[in-house]
Amino acid sequence: MCAVLPPALSRVEIMSNSIEIKNLDLNFGSIEVLQNLNLDVGKGEFLVLLGSSGCGKSTLLNCIAGLLDVTAGQIHINNKNVTWAEPSERGIGMVFQSYALYPQMTVEGNLSFGLKNAKLPKAEIADRVKRAADILQIEPLLKRKPAALSGGQRQRVAIGRALVRDVDVFLFDEPLSNLDAKLRADLRVEIKRLHQKLENTMVYVTHDQIEAMTLADRIAIMRGGKIMQLGTPDEIYGLPMNKYVADFIGSPSMNFIDGSIQNGVFTAGDLAISLTGYEFTSGEAVDGGATLGIRPEHVITGELVSHSPYCIDVEVELIEPTGSDKLIDCQVAGHLFRVRMDGQAQVSVGEVLRLGIDPARASLFDAATEVRL
Amino acid sequence: MTKPPPILLDGPQGPKPRRVLSRRNIFLYGTLLVITLYYAMPLYVMIVTSLKGMPEIRMGNIFSPPMEVTFEPWVKAWSQACTGLTCKGLSTGFWNSVKITIPSVILSIIIASLNGYALANWKFKGANVFFTILIFGAFIPYQVMLYPIVIMLREMGLYGSLGGLVLVHTIFGMPILTLLFRNYFSSLPEELFKAARVDGAGFWGIYFRIMVPMSLPIFTVAIILQVTGIWNDFLFGVVYTGPETYPMTVSLNNIVNSTQGVKEYNINMAATIITGLVPLTIYFVSGRLFVRGIAAGAVKG
Repeated sequence: MCAVLPPALSRVEIMSNSIEIKNLDLNFGSIEVLQNLNLDVGKGEFLVLLGSSGCGKSTLLNCIAGLLDVTAGQIHINNKNVTWAEPSERGIGMVFQSYALYPQMTVEGNLSFGLKNAKLPKAEIADRVKRAADILQIEPLLKRKPAALSGGQRQRVAIGRALVRDVDVFLFDEPLSNLDAKLRADLRVEIKRLHQKLENTMVYVTHDQIEAMTLADRIAIMRGGKIMQLGTPDEIYGLPMNKYVADFIGSPSMNFIDGSIQNGVFTAGDLAISLTGYEFTSGEAVDGGATLGIRPEHVITGELVSHSPYCIDVEVELIEPTGSDKLIDCQVAGHLFRVRMDGQAQVSVGEVLRLGIDPARASLFDAATEVRL
Repeated sequence: MTKPPPILLDGPQGPKPRRVLSRRNIFLYGTLLVITLYYAMPLYVMIVTSLKGMPEIRMGNIFSPPMEVTFEPWVKAWSQACTGLTCKGLSTGFWNSVKITIPSVILSIIIASLNGYALANWKFKGANVFFTILIFGAFIPYQVMLYPIVIMLREMGLYGSLGGLVLVHTIFGMPILTLLFRNYFSSLPEELFKAARVDGAGFWGIYFRIMVPMSLPIFTVAIILQVTGIWNDFLFGVVYTGPETYPMTVSLNNIVNSTQGVKEYNINMAATIITGLVPLTIYFVSGRLFVRGIAAGAVKG
């Protein structure tokens, strides 16, 4: 038996809530976009709303911002019921995907627009603009128009516009989607730094799971207007609560094998894996139809195979080298099965490979309800 | 060790040569030239005739340039030609037209741009019904409404006055201008509007500080449409004003279509050119903006 460490789980300590969403409904005419949604965001927490397009994540963010009128339910920000409040009265700052900088104003004008609307004294405005420009390192750009800025600079100004408002809650609506891959990675780090420095609450909408995993304290995975799972990145990755979340998170995605459980043994085709070591959510093994899910990176290869609880032999069908890894396609019990191997591993197509599966790192889902067993 | 430079083989290399006098070019530019001449010819005849004296015109060579250039017809057309009973030329009509056009253009554009902005960004209950009814107005022939409007203006005490005509022009400009502005404002990124709301700007704040500064092309289009439309209008002018308040188009008609006396072609030509100068100037000054604005306003429905 190979010794496997249990997945370490951490929980963010939530002192008080910054945003509370209670029984929220939102309909566009007869289309129900959000149904009875409840969500609490702790003070200083970085919450990421993650989902594919059309899942309602941006709609939820617009509801929090007050840009959409809710159909039913309440929204509280900083213990104040803001369900009917104007966006500017909610104590939020928002950053948009397309930057949404006012093209006819200079960067300075963009930053100070909200403060002028709030009728703040001139000295105070200048002070805040300077501080925000300082934090984001955009002082040299203050006199420029948005058209004369690069994408990364524009997004920084857009963040600055939220920053000057001196608010507790930042809302990000896919802020990095319009940037190229390198800039996206750079700004991602910058946003994380900013969060650590400012320690304010951030709600961040994205469809990019890498962004979600790297930035979030907690991730809410949404689908069809409902939250499928809310948890830390580790929980979402290690203990997906249903098949959708398991499939959505991870690239390449999880391997699934349909089969059934009988007396603590998972069988599918000629597979018969003993589930000793797997922690059932109910505490004991359940019999019936089930889907076994295992991530490509959790399949044991190489020398460690001899220590693994269950071994299978497969024929290599396809190899995709990515430099750091090699992705192997093969067939297990009639299903496509992908395995991540070390980039240095020597394999060739047609070769027979021995793989090890450890039930402790796998996931099991009910065949009918797709809920984790 | 360096590799020897590759040897180019015979056959095509570098840019493809283009012949200036290809069959395609001759056909294309030939057609364009013919069409240009076709459209320019009447204007040429008008200018040439307006610079000739009557004896020279009677000789009948309408295409020949003037032997003796005279500006008298222009002066006469402006200040002496008879329009009906009075003989003060086009000048009265010109100033009437200015007094009609400027307020009508300003009023209709202010109202229509606010309509379009509200319809595009502040969706209210029944907004679509309102918009449909408004657009429907663009398809009703003016003639149907001529007489009802006469009665309405009479009841309001505006019949025969410049104010009444300004009101009529403002209302009739509404459907097409609202459509134009609504489509343009819908084509602006919605996130800008949202950002401005988060920044605490209200209905007027967003309109004046965000929307209007971004809308120069569409305002230009609206100005051109309205100036030319109102300046060139004859029907409303002749129906809703009296001899003292006739716009320029009506004065021009009275000069050209007078049935008494000698037909003074040189004066007619000069008067027509003077009347057409305002819309022409507007087109030439803002042609590029016009095309940009039309394209921007037309795409999204």
